[in-house]
Amino acid sequence: MSDYYAVKDNGAESRIFNERLVAAFIIIGVLTSALMARLMYLQIVGHKHYATMAKENSVKIVPLVPTRGIIYDRNGKILADNTPSYSLDITPEQVDDMADTLGRLQKLLDIPQDKIDAFKKQYKRQKRFTSTPLLMNMGDLELAKFAVSRPYFPGVDINTHLVRYYPYGDLAAHVVGYVGRINEDEQKQLPESEYRGSTHIGKLGIEKSYEAELHGKAGYAEIETNVQARMLGTLSETNSEQGGSLYLTLDIDLQKTAYDALAGYNGAVVALEVKTGGVLVLASRPGFDPNPFVVGIGNDAYRALNESQDQPLYNRALRGLYPPGSTIKPFIALAGLEYDAINATHKLYCPGYFQLPGSSHKYRDWRKGGHGSVDMSYAITQSCDVYFYRLALSLGIDHLQAFLKKFGFGDSTGIDLVGEKSGLLPSREWKEARKKKPWFPGETVITGIGQGYWQVTPLQLARATAILANKGEVFTPFLVDRIVNAHATKPGSVANKSSLSLDPKHLNTVIAAMVNVVHSPRGTAKSIGYGVNYHIAGKTGTAQVFNIKQNAKYDEKSIDFKLRDHALFIAFAPADDPKIAVAVIAENGGHGGSVAAPIASKVIRQYLTSVRTEARHED
Amino acid sequence: MKTETRPEHFDPPSLIGALLRKLHVDIPLFIGLSLTALLSFVILYSAGGQEMGIIYRQAIRISLAFVMMIVLAHVNPHQFKRYSAILFGLGVLLLLAVLVMGQIGKGAQRWLDLGFLRFQPSEMIKITTPMMIAWFLADRPLPPKTRQLAGATLLILIPTLLIAKQPDLGTSLLVASSGAGVLFFAGLSWRLILSIIAVLSALTPVLWHFMRDYQRDRVLTFLNPEADPLGRGYHIIQSKIAIGSGGIYGKGWLGSTQSELEFLPESSTDFIFAVFAEEFGLFGCVGLLVLYLLIIARCLYIAGQAQDTYCRLLAGSLAFTFFVYVFVNIGMVIGVLPVVGVPLPLISYGGTSIVTLLAGFGIIMSIHTHKKRLSR
Repeated sequence: MSDYYAVKDNGAESRIFNERLVAAFIIIGVLTSALMARLMYLQIVGHKHYATMAKENSVKIVPLVPTRGIIYDRNGKILADNTPSYSLDITPEQVDDMADTLGRLQKLLDIPQDKIDAFKKQYKRQKRFTSTPLLMNMGDLELAKFAVSRPYFPGVDINTHLVRYYPYGDLAAHVVGYVGRINEDEQKQLPESEYRGSTHIGKLGIEKSYEAELHGKAGYAEIETNVQARMLGTLSETNSEQGGSLYLTLDIDLQKTAYDALAGYNGAVVALEVKTGGVLVLASRPGFDPNPFVVGIGNDAYRALNESQDQPLYNRALRGLYPPGSTIKPFIALAGLEYDAINATHKLYCPGYFQLPGSSHKYRDWRKGGHGSVDMSYAITQSCDVYFYRLALSLGIDHLQAFLKKFGFGDSTGIDLVGEKSGLLPSREWKEARKKKPWFPGETVITGIGQGYWQVTPLQLARATAILANKGEVFTPFLVDRIVNAHATKPGSVANKSSLSLDPKHLNTVIAAMVNVVHSPRGTAKSIGYGVNYHIAGKTGTAQVFNIKQNAKYDEKSIDFKLRDHALFIAFAPADDPKIAVAVIAENGGHGGSVAAPIASKVIRQYLTSVRTEARHED
Repeated sequence: MKTETRPEHFDPPSLIGALLRKLHVDIPLFIGLSLTALLSFVILYSAGGQEMGIIYRQAIRISLAFVMMIVLAHVNPHQFKRYSAILFGLGVLLLLAVLVMGQIGKGAQRWLDLGFLRFQPSEMIKITTPMMIAWFLADRPLPPKTRQLAGATLLILIPTLLIAKQPDLGTSLLVASSGAGVLFFAGLSWRLILSIIAVLSALTPVLWHFMRDYQRDRVLTFLNPEADPLGRGYHIIQSKIAIGSGGIYGKGWLGSTQSELEFLPESSTDFIFAVFAEEFGLFGCVGLLVLYLLIIARCLYIAGQAQDTYCRLLAGSLAFTFFVYVFVNIGMVIGVLPVVGVPLPLISYGGTSIVTLLAGFGIIMSIHTHKKRLSR
């Protein structure tokens, strides 16, 4: 701080400042002279050149907007299409009496007054020879009415534009997404030459993730104009290039089955093709109709969607965070075997609750009386909680966390869709960093049954199930199978593959137990095991929405629907040669076995039937 | 103790002059600014497609800005000095708020939505940054020592980087130069100035690395406008045609064909100088530059007459920044600088920049009209 008390030499400071003023004058003078020199160059030396260019500047460059690529499902059904939309345009200079024309049009087509007023305002700002739209998105009736009377309306024309259309509406809105008008901020970030003339851009889902591929390449036409800028003719054209069409791995029929089966619940269904990682179903319910977003959804309609209790805009399959509940037990069993923390045939006694040494807190089993003496297979089949409380405790949180991380929990899957959530796989480090508290053994106990801080997305759960089905082959799930444009077909996204080296014996033990969940008479999902000629390996789960107090009795009927447990189910089939892996979450569904499992079963049956039919056709 | 100012030299004591002095208005500066504003209406009428609406809106904005200027001219410069740090801190906090909200809203954001009005903190920081640096240096011996230089540099970098992150390259450039202006007038040694320029030029490739794609595009188009005839290059090509075809005498008012035929984009905002040059020719351009130079010269004169270091530094820097505005905008329109979003001061349509600019002139007037009489 010594400077602060130093004596200021006012005279010297003034001298410096005045010297700087002179310097500033000189710098400003020099720079201004440079500007003037450049102006002289342009306006004296270059004048002739530029004046000729200005005169010949009768050539206007008009962008040619590329047609957006189409999005297909795996069977070639169109998920996002470009459909013609008709507008009624008026060219003022060809109209003799505008008031009369507008009056007759209003009568003929029953046009609301505010549209007439808006048109009047707009057309006065335009040049007389440019056409201005009066009506957009004309219906069939309006089109027919006008077509008949067209000769009486010189200067009034119907023009066609292409508008994005999603034929399946709410069914796949979260996956396919939608396009919307380019806003100011997006405008700034977009490559200007590619988007001159484009009005829409992908805002969500595949439309957003693959914007670059779908958009195509803009072309431009050189158009000759006269001094009033009236277009005289086209001199040359560089054609635009249609955007690439996307073929998804999604099966829209299967998606519909899943979506319909989920009716009555909010939730998500994810199904993956086990061999490739291709996404067959990515359903989130409730959905929403993406079509209004294309033309511009009204404020009220948007608010209704955004503020709805059921959150239809929310992609539960990709972003929904749920405790995995008992669906995690096969993975924990596998961890126990891999870390040699337990022997599969070793039996533990389940009295219906578990207590940590020196604690009176009772961790309860879902079955009040307990399961008695259980080995691993039986513990999975019956979903015995006590077995997994004890197994988790003997594994310890560090081993649990390290093992489950390999199956992709706590990390985004890397799917080619924007907005994925990574979920949460709790660890000692995480808790210390986030909650500033040490990890308690009790937390390890409940981690064993997929409760506590755990958060998984349905997509993560499906992928982990597929990894299990694949005997430890890890892959990145993907939606776009291939991109087809005028020049070439290229793969959508490169699926990374790697392998967890797991002991096949351990895997078989766990998978056999999962088959028992569905096909043994004591299985928690035995209802879906009847009448199928293949084996399904599955696991039910029930995730608590809130904690039940000690000793309080859980009565499903008396509590509010919104507080009921989430029903979960994971499965893959056929168990001996897995083709499809599914994860289902029905919010507030109560029981995994009775609510979530039948949904998965429908999806599996339909898929395996279609695969077999295909195979037969190929033979 | 009354410290009422009463300028001695009433010559000639005309009624209007007396009134303006009472208003704490500096007459030469006021005349220069009014002339520029009038010129703005003349060009805007032509560039905006001969529509009165755009003139009305600009008139409202300019009136508001003049009111702001006169209000600030009434504030004693001591008050500016006293609140420099607080205002600067507030500005930085608001910039942070904008950044956070932008992050939540996903995407670029420059506005702070206060519900009843939208406020652009980067405008406020354009004035509070030189205030802060002047305050920081004024009470210590000048030229500044290394430690103060480091402090001042840090203080300049904070708002500059926050605005660059928005991303708003033009404004961050103006904020940086307003702070640098103070350092320049404080007597930053020439050797240091030259080395900074050398280091910055050497760092250009590093800067390139940090630029966003669209910013790189702008630089590339600047180097070779013909490469991108549909995009940014189009602006430069068309703007050069407009200026060059104007020649020495210009095509006359409302005679611009390039903007009239919509060849020239952004003709009422950032590229308005091209319309002016096309209609009024080289004579007009030189005239406009001289008008700007007179305004700047008056401000620098006021800076030279100012009574304390804070006022000197602040007035000098504000004048210097005004020049940077002029130079960057015209330089970009005539194709000697890359395109950054800086308007032609007092003439371009819209933007909150007019209010900020005139606020700066208000401060300069305050500095000049609140001088205490010294014994001669």
